[in-house]
Amino acid sequence: MRLAVVKGHVWATQKNEGLKGYKLMLIQPISFTTRQPAGRPLVAVDTVSAGENDTVFYVTSREASLPIDPAFVPVDATIMGVVDEITVNHETTRFH
Amino acid sequence: MLLGKVVGTVWATRKDPKLEGVKFQIVEEQNPDETATGKYVVAVDSVGAGASETVLVAAGSSARQTEITKNKPVDAVIMAIVDRLDVSKK
Repeated sequence: MRLAVVKGHVWATQKNEGLKGYKLMLIQPISFTTRQPAGRPLVAVDTVSAGENDTVFYVTSREASLPIDPAFVPVDATIMGVVDEITVNHETTRFH
Repeated sequence: MLLGKVVGTVWATRKDPKLEGVKFQIVEEQNPDETATGKYVVAVDSVGAGASETVLVAAGSSARQTEITKNKPVDAVIMAIVDRLDVSKK
């Protein structure tokens, strides 16, 4: 699981049948320690109703399809949770 | 999933028999501001994407999770056509 910030929405009417009703978000991966952008932005399915500018954690690869029912969908990145607080090296950051 | 633009088609007559009938598109990867990253990927089209359309590509073993690519030697699939992209300014 990795950290990212939600940067935007992706709208797609024509998509795999199994993804009907699921939101697609544009996310920017960030570093756990510096919270600075780390790597290229990507699109992830949102199963937890994350909003823009929320810090979230996401899962990649085939496991990303598991929260979707049925899980037989071509998804390689899914937001699994909205982050409230992170403690790294005894430093705590609250996001809400 | 990666954002990209369909820039071409690949035709191959000699290929794995499981790939008969599938359509290969060349997708140029894009940044959210629609500039090209300069990277390309060949992806199987599962949604009927056409040339110059912005699409989403799922990669890795997830790419096999469509009726078109199930149990086939495929590692990238176009699984959505992007209508609109809203990116926050912050």
